[in-house]
Amino acid sequence: MMGDPSVDFAGVRMKNPVVLASGTCGFGRELNEYFDIEKLGGISSKGLTLNGRDGNEGVRIWETPCGLMNSIGLENPGVEGFIERELDWINGFDVANIVNLGGHSMDDYLQGVSLLNEVEFDILELNISCPNLKEGGMNFGVKTEIAREVVRAVRRECRHRLSVKLSPNAGDIVSLARACEEEGADALALTNTYLAMAVDIYRRRPVFENTYAGLSGPAIRPISLRMVHQVAHAVTIPVMGIGGIAGWQDALEFIMVGAAAVQVGTATFTKPDVALDIIEGIENFMKEQKIDSISEIRGVI
Amino acid sequence: MTDIAGMSKVLSNIRLSRDFFIMRVAAPNSARMGQFHMLRSWGAYPLLSRPLSVHDADPETLTFLFRTVGQGTKLLSELGAGDGISVGRSLGNAFPAVEGKIAMVGGGVGIAPLYLASKSIKNPGSPTRVDMYLGFSDEALLTDEYAKVSDTVVTDVGGFITDRVAPENYDCVLSCGPEAMMRALYGKCKRTGTKLYVSMEKRMACGFGACLACSCKTTGGRKKVCVDGPVFPAEEVFE
Repeated sequence: MMGDPSVDFAGVRMKNPVVLASGTCGFGRELNEYFDIEKLGGISSKGLTLNGRDGNEGVRIWETPCGLMNSIGLENPGVEGFIERELDWINGFDVANIVNLGGHSMDDYLQGVSLLNEVEFDILELNISCPNLKEGGMNFGVKTEIAREVVRAVRRECRHRLSVKLSPNAGDIVSLARACEEEGADALALTNTYLAMAVDIYRRRPVFENTYAGLSGPAIRPISLRMVHQVAHAVTIPVMGIGGIAGWQDALEFIMVGAAAVQVGTATFTKPDVALDIIEGIENFMKEQKIDSISEIRGVI
Repeated sequence: MTDIAGMSKVLSNIRLSRDFFIMRVAAPNSARMGQFHMLRSWGAYPLLSRPLSVHDADPETLTFLFRTVGQGTKLLSELGAGDGISVGRSLGNAFPAVEGKIAMVGGGVGIAPLYLASKSIKNPGSPTRVDMYLGFSDEALLTDEYAKVSDTVVTDVGGFITDRVAPENYDCVLSCGPEAMMRALYGKCKRTGTKLYVSMEKRMACGFGACLACSCKTTGGRKKVCVDGPVFPAEEVFE
């Protein structure tokens, strides 16, 4: 069929390659008031942690030139709260259901995975961009060998398809990506937000209580695109491209450098149904350029 | 200007003071008192739309009273009649339809939603009475307009408007303004056992409940100011 935007992502059939990114769409309920979420390729849940979290105090978002910094602090209902109150609802839709899990210790991850093993969904997206609170606060996703240990342990426990969401703050994202593949990850998602900072000059203090925050939005897109290009060429498992995608052209850029699917995040805040515009734009481009399937243009660069 | 889906037209945008503006937009709506809209009169940047509470509404128009604070409100202040603006949906909950003797206490640009609130609560023929208390830092604004929709208007410039309110004289108090002002008012209302509803303001990215930027602590757990509020019973957010 000409212009068929459907993709197979690590064995999950998706109607199109457009997924809503974790932390920008809740669990889909709010957005379903704006449009039929079944039109999406998939939804990645708000980042879960083993136990529910209230998130961070103080300023949580800060606008930057073409970007947005956030320090929400993984406010979420916890894995059990998610399973009890959200999972059945989202499983009622024909859309790839990606569950995002973070952790602040190896134990957190493994207990979360163990609870999630009991229920059905499509892909576990492992967020390794959290500080390891038991080991001095170093982010799990910065050093290849630490990331390797987490992925190895989670892979052993996890019965779902496993995608690892990489931090752009990794010291060497290519070697870290390869380590994830070697340890049995089924897919990768990149990038998460970039560690950033803002200063309140009148108070002479950082804007954020945690000093640093995560930068997202179009400001980071070219850098994420470069990382997706590097990683997609270094691994054989599929990559979900993320980073400031706000229009269909952006999504196609990520696909052409090797992404098998993309996630739309911050842009949803500016227009709740922007993902539908992106899907439509991809379909139109495929028709216009006489492209039968996404695989024809994936990784052509 | 970049084409924005669902574009409405500005009917008028009047400067009231150095930094206060009142803008009327042609936009079919069913906005209720206390609700807000995510406004955008630009293309991609600034990235986020700006949440502004509804100052006045009829089925065909929306009026916003706003203060220029950053680049978004600056851009809104530069709009003139005929310019395009996206207003989106009416968002958030609303002030409850209270009756009896009502005080409304607004501080700064927080006076904005109290205009529609008083207009909505004071039905012709009903005995409901609204006393308006408006606090300003530099100069009193729109007092004649507020007088038309309420029974009395008390203003304060540069001081504490809460000092002028005697909650024991009222069945219920509605408030919007700086959090410190509303907290002080809550202290007074608590002593007299007077019910107080407050409209909270937090930084928002999305306005529809997805980003959790505006999450606030309540006695019933974390709530989102954009969808669970912005109006809360004061004891839920200040206890």
